[in-house]
Amino acid sequence: MDAIGEQLQQAVLLGEPERAHDLAAQALRAGAEPLAVIEGALATAMQQVGARYECGEYFIPDLVMAAEAMKAAVRVLEPALAARQERRQVLGTVVIGTVEGDIHEIGKSLVATMLSAAGFQVHDLGVDVSAAEFVKRVQETGANVVGLSALLTTTMLNQERVIEALQEAGLRERVKVVIGGAPASPEWAQTIGADGYAENAAEAVTVVKQLVGA
Amino acid sequence: MEDIISMLADGGVLVADGAMGTMLQRAGLPAGTPPEAWLLENPGPVCDVHRAYLDAGAHLILTCTFGATRPRLERKGYAERVAEINRRAVEIARQAANGRAYVAGDIGPLGLFLAPLGPLSHEQAVGLFAEQAEALVAAGVDVLVIETMSALEEMRAAIEAAQQAARGLPVFATFSFDHHGRTNMGVRPEQAAQELTALGVQAFGANCGATLDMTLGALEAMHATAPDAWLIAKPNAGLPRAQGREVVYDASPADMAAYARRFAAAGARVIGGCCGSTPAHIAAIAAALKP
Repeated sequence: MDAIGEQLQQAVLLGEPERAHDLAAQALRAGAEPLAVIEGALATAMQQVGARYECGEYFIPDLVMAAEAMKAAVRVLEPALAARQERRQVLGTVVIGTVEGDIHEIGKSLVATMLSAAGFQVHDLGVDVSAAEFVKRVQETGANVVGLSALLTTTMLNQERVIEALQEAGLRERVKVVIGGAPASPEWAQTIGADGYAENAAEAVTVVKQLVGA
Repeated sequence: MEDIISMLADGGVLVADGAMGTMLQRAGLPAGTPPEAWLLENPGPVCDVHRAYLDAGAHLILTCTFGATRPRLERKGYAERVAEINRRAVEIARQAANGRAYVAGDIGPLGLFLAPLGPLSHEQAVGLFAEQAEALVAAGVDVLVIETMSALEEMRAAIEAAQQAARGLPVFATFSFDHHGRTNMGVRPEQAAQELTALGVQAFGANCGATLDMTLGALEAMHATAPDAWLIAKPNAGLPRAQGREVVYDASPADMAAYARRFAAAGARVIGGCCGSTPAHIAAIAAALKP
């Protein structure tokens, strides 16, 4: 990686959106391939961010600001990609939401942001999302991953309702289902027949990548 | 009954209550219905939970108002009933306490990030907390308890609103330490102790959190930073685990009781439980703390 790439990687790692924006523009002017920047400096930075969160060096504000910096850089790089008729490699398509009856937003949105930064196409359905809505949006988007968030011990039961609804709609084989939320656990994922469980937004990226073989 | 500050100044340890939401689920709270809205039509079960904790030995009960701020109630269509819900919750707790325990007006997080991470300005956050705090104080609480906070900025806004509304009543404040010994927003217990001391709350500490050990670690760090502070420990009953279609928390009443003694040794003067704790946990804590 060249000097600008390294600085860009640092800007994302340190969560500096304006600097990331400027460095991405500088990289393009210096003749860098936009795709190489995204898959190089930016992807490496986000991996480092995840690792720093896992080990307790980073916390939620660091994740949010790093993702903002990543997005700022991508906003500069994407028009250049389009001009070259190139596309960023999409690792998968994710439909994500907080299940019916549950209005907790922060954790789910953070997972959506991190997955998006990692290269997934993410459709965030918001909070209090019915099983029928999940099914509908999986059909519409052709998603291969479904993320189900629940923060309450009561609403976690609705994670299972969504899995049942996907089954009834004949979509279960097509998607990997990942669950999360404070009361959720690997055992709960197993009980309700989910494919994976993620403890936090950084782990969600690792788990979803593994599930889709990316 | 002497006021809560005199009681603590006399050297007492105050046993607080345990979880509300999980108890109400057993009493029939439907999935997805916020307890704060449910209590309007179902005051009986809420009162029963309070009584169960009082019978178990709690002398401080928290109103069923954790989510009774406007942004949370709004999402369930109860935006216009913020004051009414908070008032009713205090009435129910008062009725249960019947003069034998302190009633704390419970204030939880707004569920939104403050600027620069999110949409809320400091002033907006203060306004939202003030609406709840004023309703709680007007209805007659003994103390305001701000709990399960992760962000310093949000805690500051909540304390500012609570202190303005409190008209001389004490304000208590606790963070949830759940990621490598810090809050998920990165607040260290030492930093929390410094900030909360400077902000002039009467007692502070840790609630919810990840493991009992993490809460103990946070308390010890706070105690080292502010040795004279009255600390609060109101942790979850360990970690959640699926048992069939139910979630159980893995700390037994005996486990919580053993930790309660260690919390007290680390300066805790208010000790109770959070998610997954039951009257059995509180009874064990009360027994363990008997002088």
